Amino acid sequence: MSAQVKLESDGVRLAFYNERMKRRLLVLDGIDLTVFTGELVAIVGPSGCGKSTFLSAVDGLVKTDAGSIKVDGHAVTAPGPDRAVVFQQDSLFPWYTVMRNVTYGLELQRRLSKAEIAERGATLIELVGLTGFAEHYPHELSGGMRQRVNIARALAPDPELLLLDEPFAALDAQTREFMQSELLNILARAKKTALFITHQIDEAVFLADRVAVFSARPARVKEIVTVDLPSQRGLDVKLNQRFRELHDYLWRSIQEEAVRTPIAIGAS
Amino acid sequence: MAVIQIDKIAVTEADNAPPHQSLWQRNENFLLGLFSVTGFLLFWEFSVLSGWANPLFISSPSRIFNAAYEMFADGSIYPDLLVSAQEFALGYGLAVIVGIPMGILMGWYTRLNALLDPFVNALYATPRIALMPLIIIWFGVDLSAKIAIIFLATVFPIIVNTMTGVRTMERDFVKVARSFGASDGQLFLTVALPSSVPNLLTGLRLGLGHALVGIVVGEMYGASAGIGFMMQTAGATFQTDKVMVGIIIIAAAGMALTGVLRMIESRFDVWRPDHHV
Ligand SMILES: Nc1ncnc2c1ncn2[C@@H]1O[C@H](COP(=O)(O)OP(=O)(O)O)[C@@H](O)[C@H]1O
Ligand SMILES: [Mg+2]
Repeated sequence: MSAQVKLESDGVRLAFYNERMKRRLLVLDGIDLTVFTGELVAIVGPSGCGKSTFLSAVDGLVKTDAGSIKVDGHAVTAPGPDRAVVFQQDSLFPWYTVMRNVTYGLELQRRLSKAEIAERGATLIELVGLTGFAEHYPHELSGGMRQRVNIARALAPDPELLLLDEPFAALDAQTREFMQSELLNILARAKKTALFITHQIDEAVFLADRVAVFSARPARVKEIVTVDLPSQRGLDVKLNQRFRELHDYLWRSIQEEAVRTPIAIGAS
Repeated sequence: MAVIQIDKIAVTEADNAPPHQSLWQRNENFLLGLFSVTGFLLFWEFSVLSGWANPLFISSPSRIFNAAYEMFADGSIYPDLLVSAQEFALGYGLAVIVGIPMGILMGWYTRLNALLDPFVNALYATPRIALMPLIIIWFGVDLSAKIAIIFLATVFPIIVNTMTGVRTMERDFVKVARSFGASDGQLFLTVALPSSVPNLLTGLRLGLGHALVGIVVGEMYGASAGIGFMMQTAGATFQTDKVMVGIIIIAAAGMALTGVLRMIESRFDVWRPDHHV
């Protein structure tokens, strides 16, 4: 299998106007990153360094100032059906049922008929293991269930690239571990490429084929670590010697950056 | 470990089991309310019966009941009820038809908001009753004047609350919608509108109260029929019983209509768990 490029980020620069400092603040300082088809690449880095900003740029929600982002060779200028984001907890629309949340993207596209949309919704709800909860409202679900809906919602328009921004950060440790292996199952079945932001190093090592370490703001890709663990992973891989080595290596790498992070400036 | 688990479950189940409650415990709030109201009515009735209070000033429950019975039996109340109901329906209905779209537009278009905000704010802050003389100059004293005052009383709370609802939609939801490729129109229908519903309903409920005030006050100026007019004339001739009947009718209408709105609101509680309190 020759590796096909799914996402190509080339020298992406981006600055935000900072209200407090009354000037533009460089957040992304030339991000170079390539993600191959079928890969899961995790991004780790000190908080506030620009991880979410980069994800938003890839999704097309914020404009870059320089550089280029290409998905399947097409330059990203706005959100499109080839990309979808799994946002943090509580980004589900509280006024819609699970079913309507999941089919949200499809309803907007008006590409499929009502019946086809309902069918696809049911399939996805089953894929994420929520059969029987289609007519529930988000507040009736646990945190883990809500993030399943969130994943299903992102998968519904059948995107090429799935963007996940700390989707399990708000879950308790046990649920989080369970959702991690569930995510691997779901991604394997749906055959998706994914870019996954996390501040949990063990989550990054467990999920990813490669881990990109972002530097302190303004962010660059400091290094990319290939996770040479078996690609079929169960949770017990976390007990693996190699897992610990990778974990500790990444921990030091991020720590080096974290101490360089300017503390006082703009919380994310 | 396992034993502890079982213990926990046992405790939880005991907590959830319906505790043995007497009739009194289960309906405590209702019964307390019933008790205080009955007590109040009895005290009122007896203070008049015993000659301690003058019924000319405070009437009494039995007198009010008799007056109401008579007014309904001889049908003299119906024209007044009809006129007031008509004024209310037209004034409030118009305010809803105008106020909701206005509030939505002002919440959605920042420029329109900047243009209209001074007027809306000034009029919202002004007691609308102060406009009554102007309204009489413009509309005379017939039905249109009453509709105008009820409309003015009602439309601003509806506009302001709807506008707030649209403006305060959560940025996160906007991001989600945009990420899924929502157009402005779709963003409006799927995010702005649903997230403004709670505020919108609050606006309708506040407007209701203002509308009832509008009826009573509007009919105090050169009306020829209506509940407010009936109270006004009854009051001028010291028919306190009739005035009381009018007050009760207005209060009952307010409670009934608020109840209807609450029922509509509770339909939205399905996704607003924090409003159940
Ligand atoms: N819309 C915005 N406007 C201004 N500054 C922003 C905006 N979004 C993010 N920032 C700033 O950009 C920096 C990076 O934020 P973010 O990408 O959220 O960091 P991370 O996800 O790595 O924790 C922070 O300093 C944050 O305050
Ligand atoms: Mg972030």
